[in-house]
Amino acid sequence: MQEANMQPVMRKPGQRMIRTRFFSARVNVHVLIFAVITLAVLAILATWAMTLGSYRIPFADVGRALIGDGSPDQEFIVRTLRLPRVISAIFIGAALAMSGAIFQGLVRNALVSPDIIGIETGATLLAVFWIVTGQSSALLPLAAFFGAIITAVIIYLLSWKGGISPNRMILVGIGIGATLSALTTFLTVRYPIELVRPAVVWQMGSLYGSNWNEVKILAISVSLLAPAAIILTWPLRTMQLGDDVTRGLGLSLERTRLGLIAVGCGLCAVATAMAGPIGFVALMVPHAARMIAGPLSGSVMLFSAVLGGCFLLMADIVGQHLLPVPLPTGVVTAAVGAPYFLFLLYRFNTRM
Amino acid sequence: MTASETAQAIQATRNRERQSGAGLAVRGVGLIAGLVAVAAIAIVSLRIGSIEISTGDAWAALFNYDSDVYNQTVVRTLRLPRTIIALGVGAALATAGATMQAVTRNPLADPSILGVSSGATFAIVMATFYLRLSAPSQYVWFAFAGALLASLLVFAIGSAGRGGPSPIKLALAGVVISALLGSWTSALLLLDENTLDTVRFWLAGSVVGRSLDTFWTLSPFLLGGTLAMIFLGHQLNVLNLGEESARALGMNTGRMRLICSLLVVIVVGAAVSAAGPIAFVGLATPHIVRAVIGPDYRWVLPYSAITGAILLTAADVAGRIVARPAEIQVGIMTAVVGAPFLIYLARQRTVEA
Repeated sequence: MQEANMQPVMRKPGQRMIRTRFFSARVNVHVLIFAVITLAVLAILATWAMTLGSYRIPFADVGRALIGDGSPDQEFIVRTLRLPRVISAIFIGAALAMSGAIFQGLVRNALVSPDIIGIETGATLLAVFWIVTGQSSALLPLAAFFGAIITAVIIYLLSWKGGISPNRMILVGIGIGATLSALTTFLTVRYPIELVRPAVVWQMGSLYGSNWNEVKILAISVSLLAPAAIILTWPLRTMQLGDDVTRGLGLSLERTRLGLIAVGCGLCAVATAMAGPIGFVALMVPHAARMIAGPLSGSVMLFSAVLGGCFLLMADIVGQHLLPVPLPTGVVTAAVGAPYFLFLLYRFNTRM
Repeated sequence: MTASETAQAIQATRNRERQSGAGLAVRGVGLIAGLVAVAAIAIVSLRIGSIEISTGDAWAALFNYDSDVYNQTVVRTLRLPRTIIALGVGAALATAGATMQAVTRNPLADPSILGVSSGATFAIVMATFYLRLSAPSQYVWFAFAGALLASLLVFAIGSAGRGGPSPIKLALAGVVISALLGSWTSALLLLDENTLDTVRFWLAGSVVGRSLDTFWTLSPFLLGGTLAMIFLGHQLNVLNLGEESARALGMNTGRMRLICSLLVVIVVGAAVSAAGPIAFVGLATPHIVRAVIGPDYRWVLPYSAITGAILLTAADVAGRIVARPAEIQVGIMTAVVGAPFLIYLARQRTVEA
């Protein structure tokens, strides 16, 4: 039965085999072309983002400032103020999109995103607590990160019963998530409004005050986790055939699942710690990627990441520069993404 | 779909319903026990609060009201409205949740998935921002209008394009519209601290300070819609078999989905208007019920109504107890009270999710 499933896939148009001495991989060239085009768009968007602001810098000068050949004040603006924010937006968007793709694949449910499973609510609770009790703001990302990780561990342990069933994990996640967000609401109605307001703003998710330290942390964690996510897409695809088939093909089910959950949680936790719970990206970008490029594979995972980076950068440009009042990125993601997503829904609904 | 598959589907439905027929007596008794529990929690809700009131006074306040007795006035003007609203809203949200999960065939569907809650919230925030409303009783019709408009938009978008409406398209359109309205709501709240300060209590979800008169004007939608859904159990069973089997069994699935979704929108719209956006009850109650009595929607729906009513009222009572003499909003307590149940049941059995 498995053979019948596997055989025709090998000869699809656009599929190429890469073989070296150490590994072989099947690559979907069409999807990679999509990814390259999106990367080009991403580069243009990034440069454009750095020209915008209260002090406008022409395209050419941005390029010169980047390679260290511009005037000192332009170099300062581009390299110290604008570049970190652009890079953060790209990394965070990519991380969220991959995290969403992993969980949607793992649970085989289109409505799943890391915030439904409750990871972001853990980060939010600890961060909101941190803010309303007036703790040091320098440690806020760390608090949020630990909130996310602790929540993920609790959900994993509570879902463990001789193994992890994704459905059980979802239900446990819903329970934990609802409890934690109830506690967050409790904090927001209990504390005075001047303390609550910054907490509410944090909950909207924004990229204010991105700096090189944050970029470093993001770069390290995403460059470790993203390859893992792409490699794990192969077992993830196998797991979508069902538990029995997966075991039959000789995959260690629980270990693979643990790996996927860890990578998905890690990506989501890092992104949330840096920018707050930015909605919509993790849920919608994987759908958009699949609608454009076809069912999940390593290439589509990569494409999701690039698309997520592109999307969050676009949302940040809109929120920061194109509106009469600057708004936090997390507020804008849905407004920027919804029209495009609804168009995709309208156009490609046969693939759903 | 081949003829033999159709025959199998029919047989499967029959078997399922026949199996559930075996437990008819047990489930019927369970239903009656549930109703008794509803009555019990209602009495507890009338008695417990910042002042304790005897069952006698509570009884007298209901049937032999004497406005000179302070305790009876408390019951009549404060506790009775919130108890009735909590029972009604809890039953409505849970039933709507079960219906929505069957209609979309997605166990993660929330009754507010069609944009109802976010539409209501957006309307309230707009009204507070521009018209400076401040009392929950003024909110009701804005919330209802917002809920209905938002879900109409979701239907319009979910039905556009090739192939008309499908569950997954409706669900995704609902999620997108909710996110969109949510982001506009956040933007407004960010711009204006006064609105945030006024609205944050409504956003937590509460049954305090609502007038019973307003609730009665909403009740045809709330209770009528809930009753109508309870009698659609058989249709939901068929719908739950999947698009092709349901069609092969002679059901006009598109029309059935539309009817059920409209009922959900009306009911949840009324519930949100009455008590604010209360999460968790609609999503979790059907799971709790299915884990106990199985997947037959003819039983899931009435049991959900009862469990939802108990859950919301118990959460309201718990909110009065834990922070005495202050109170914690019922929207906060539902998850705290209900989540341990959900997790326990999820661990106990192989839950259909």
